[in-house]
Amino acid sequence: MGSDPRARQIAKGDRRVLARALTQAENGSGDIDLLLAAIEHGTAHRVGITGAPGVGKSTLVSALTRAWRAQDRKVGILAVDPSSPFTGGALLGDRVRMVEHTGDEGVFIRSLATRGALGGLAPGVYDAADLLDAGGFDPVVIETVGVGQAELEICRAADTTVLVLAPGAGDEVQGMKAGLLEAADVLVVNQADRDGAQALATALEAALDLRQADRPRPPVLLTTATAAKGIDALCDVLDERARDADGALADRRVERAAARVRAALYRRLDHYVEGRGAELAAAAARIAAGESTAAVEAELLMDDYE
Amino acid sequence: MSAAHPIRVLVAKAGLDGHDRGAKVVAAAFRDAGFEVVYTGLRQSPEMIVDAAIQEDVDVIGISIHSGAHMTIFPRVLELLRETDAGHIVLCGGGIIPPKDAEALKAMGVGALFGPGTPLSELSGWIRDEVGRVRAGHSA
Ligand SMILES: Nc1nc2c(ncn2[C@@H]2O[C@H](COP(=O)(O)OP(=O)(O)OP(=O)(O)O)[C@@H](O)[C@H]2O)c(=O)[nH]1
Ligand SMILES: [Mg+2]
Repeated sequence: MGSDPRARQIAKGDRRVLARALTQAENGSGDIDLLLAAIEHGTAHRVGITGAPGVGKSTLVSALTRAWRAQDRKVGILAVDPSSPFTGGALLGDRVRMVEHTGDEGVFIRSLATRGALGGLAPGVYDAADLLDAGGFDPVVIETVGVGQAELEICRAADTTVLVLAPGAGDEVQGMKAGLLEAADVLVVNQADRDGAQALATALEAALDLRQADRPRPPVLLTTATAAKGIDALCDVLDERARDADGALADRRVERAAARVRAALYRRLDHYVEGRGAELAAAAARIAAGESTAAVEAELLMDDYE
Repeated sequence: MSAAHPIRVLVAKAGLDGHDRGAKVVAAAFRDAGFEVVYTGLRQSPEMIVDAAIQEDVDVIGISIHSGAHMTIFPRVLELLRETDAGHIVLCGGGIIPPKDAEALKAMGVGALFGPGTPLSELSGWIRDEVGRVRAGHSA
């Protein structure tokens, strides 16, 4: 792999260099690909935390982080919030619930906006997780708001996906989006101090009874993030996943690598097409004149591709 | 090229008074102006503000202070930014700050201070200009 002085600085724990690299990953700018080729790619456990707005994801991440810090583990957190499709701006407010970890050198929190990425997760998030991994952070937590396709996309970016629900947050099991239960590796009913939490957990178990058993059944856990209740049990489940006795994580990593190569290829092809304006116009003229077809022109352009 | 990336602003409420409505209104206005706003909440110390700003790699820090502690908080933030080699981050603030103090703070390196009632478009306009200048300087 390549060499880049920043790779060593990140491995040694330089937070400024790491922060700058995260920005480059997010912007897809400059020489980030060189840096990504130079860093150590470890096997930090990537934990995705998703769920409807306000169910307590950030509070839960903060409580988990407290438990992990007690075990002296360094925790990296990527908190993703949606960008406004109209202004491009974003309000990134997850840090408010994690403020107890500000100033702790063993925790690195970065807020990211989706910036219009399809599926709710920018490609920069994958690279950002790599960078935190290289900085010695393990686990790396990725929090996303479960809207649109984001909760399915998170499953690809993470080794383990935790779907967080809360009583009365519109999380009625009957109305649950298709595929959501299938996608999660762990189900958490948070706000267990509130009415309806146990009923929601029971309904989830019943729904799991009905589905095909082609994947391991996700455990259903109850937590009260604000009182740090149920956090140890969740930690245990996540640690068990990280040990990867059944090889599920290893499989997930290969799937993720494949998806990333595919995405990188599409980006290059996109780039190529964007840069061929004149040829495309000429091809369009020939097709319009009945002298050629789209398939023939695409074939000719592909012959030209490097 | 990098000019196209959204401006990142950290908004913090410093001091001990317990409400942050004003800071939240400003944060929402910045979002509507197209900025990515990292909101950090109440009672932030200079150390917390700078640590968060480094992790978030923001272009701008905006601090809201109403407790009268501006003459300790702003200088300390500036000092920490310089210590951490993050002097390029633009610092601005809002609150009730007497003109004499405002002059002194600007001389120290605070970019701008906005009194209550300043139109929010003036704040975002100033930030856009200032970050444009800093980013142009970096790539030059
Ligand atoms: N009663 C109760 N309230 C909780 C619990 N966990 C979180 N909350 C509260 O729920 C509210 C939302 O918490 P967050 O952690 O910000 O929720 P979130 O899912 O991260 O929210 P978004 O990021 O905005 O989608 C806050 O007021 C929390 O204090 C819990 O276990 N019990
Ligand atoms: Mg949150």
